[in-house]
Amino acid sequence: MPYKIIVDECTNCAACEADCPNDAIQEKKGVFKVDPGLCSECVGYFDEPQCVALCPIPDCVVIDEKLPRYAA
Amino acid sequence: MPPKVIPIFASQTAPSSGCGAKGGSGKSGCGSSAAPSDMSPEVWAKVKDHPCYSEQAHHHFARMHIAVAPACNIQCNYCNRKYDCANESRPGVVSEKLTPEMAAKKVLAVAAEIPQLSVVGIAGPGDALANPEKTFHTFRLIQAQAPDIKLCLSTNGLALPDHVQAIADLNVDHVTITINMTDPEVGELIYPWIFYNHKRWIGRDAARILGERQMEGLEMLTAMGILVKVNSVMIPGVNDAHLAEVNRAVKSRGAFLHNIMPLISDPAHGTHYGLTGQRGPTPQELKALQDSCEGSMNLMRHCRQCRADAVGLLGEDRGAEFSSDKIAALEVAYDPAPRQAYREYVERERRDQETARDSELAALDWQAEAAAVLVAVTTKGGSRINQHFGHASEFQIYELSGAGAKFVGHRKVENYCQGGWGEEEVLEDVTAAIKDCAAVFVSRIGLCPKKDLASAGIEAVDGYAHEYIESSLIAWFRLRQEKTQPIAASAA
Repeated sequence: MPYKIIVDECTNCAACEADCPNDAIQEKKGVFKVDPGLCSECVGYFDEPQCVALCPIPDCVVIDEKLPRYAA
Repeated sequence: MPPKVIPIFASQTAPSSGCGAKGGSGKSGCGSSAAPSDMSPEVWAKVKDHPCYSEQAHHHFARMHIAVAPACNIQCNYCNRKYDCANESRPGVVSEKLTPEMAAKKVLAVAAEIPQLSVVGIAGPGDALANPEKTFHTFRLIQAQAPDIKLCLSTNGLALPDHVQAIADLNVDHVTITINMTDPEVGELIYPWIFYNHKRWIGRDAARILGERQMEGLEMLTAMGILVKVNSVMIPGVNDAHLAEVNRAVKSRGAFLHNIMPLISDPAHGTHYGLTGQRGPTPQELKALQDSCEGSMNLMRHCRQCRADAVGLLGEDRGAEFSSDKIAALEVAYDPAPRQAYREYVERERRDQETARDSELAALDWQAEAAAVLVAVTTKGGSRINQHFGHASEFQIYELSGAGAKFVGHRKVENYCQGGWGEEEVLEDVTAAIKDCAAVFVSRIGLCPKKDLASAGIEAVDGYAHEYIESSLIAWFRLRQEKTQPIAASAA
């Protein structure tokens, strides 16, 4: 459940949207959001969360501390 | 007042233009900038209307970049993806991103307004091939709606080998790859990370993978007959000494043109290099490196490092005239006739200019010992001296020698005339920008700036107003030669 995008940091480049294996990232009204119900932290797909690995802005995609970590 | 240049047919004794035994203007003059004498007709047909691939074409033809590719798959230390300013002109910068549909409509709108438009390129603001669906969908739309417009793309090369077939299928016959290194030890100082195979790579591994993919992509493209331009950013102390090796590597793999560009590292842009005080090269350092690489390959000297949404002739940006809200309100139709008519006009102009140049070259005493001289030119395009000194925002720099006139670069300045009045401080900056030039060729100039330039040792020449650049410069140089060496001067 746990990644979120910090809106003020995001440049709307959409790189994360294309590479998310769960299609958990979508743009709504110019703002990109991670659907916490779909995000699996890429567990079962890749060694590292794709959105974090390819985001050009440091600390733009971060763990959402308010939600419990994903358990496969 | 120097005599006007009257285009006449070259006499039988005239030396051939381009790369004849006489030297023409040497390798450089033949390559990206001059007559097709050293170029196959197929290659010339591909580059003659492309302002970025032919110095000659950039006087006549316009390009536009469409910002449909915001994502990138690598990080470069000279790039900051967060920075955007409408007044800032440099690669990777864009004011608004476009959907493929909006982009295709924008192409039609610009084509209707600017008959000089010959090429549409996708150069980001991220990487064209890190957004393959958006990039190729846009190209398909343009090809269907405006088939006379050439397509072009620019990439860092990481994803290139995966897309060479798609590029060929869409008849994209110009691809630019930015290659700053072949040695991972150099590369790790330029690229903090890459994203490849679902993994973020850092350090030397990142640079090694990127370098290998770039070379693989380059080889695949040239094997398919697609013209490749290689862009390299010159970063003093990082890759400046290494770029000669890059030049050899890309030449041996069939790259058509090498464009060595200066690093832009203004701290205000917030790039890693900007914030850490990494300086860019001086114009002299850049020219020395370009000169040293030139013996082996065509070097691009006319790059303006334009934005990922630039519109117009190189050196001008009319992007603001074509914003999304303006485009959305337009009804646009495809009409290739004005562009076809313009291309025909340019063909005639080119023949005329070549003839004028060759007849001046024939009269030039190329054996006379004369040091090469730099001169500046103000122009609005069309290869003519047709801009008022006070309106120039850049000067084109030519090197004159016994071999003729050779374009060697441009210098940006602030307009001297502002609100109808000349600004003293600006004039000082302008004078400093061209202080190594013996003369500046203008369509008009006021008495005061003319005097000030003269006291700085720069002759302001307005006697060739609206004439062709090359033939005028050669004619002026010949007169100068005759003044200093009256006996050696040949009878034309």
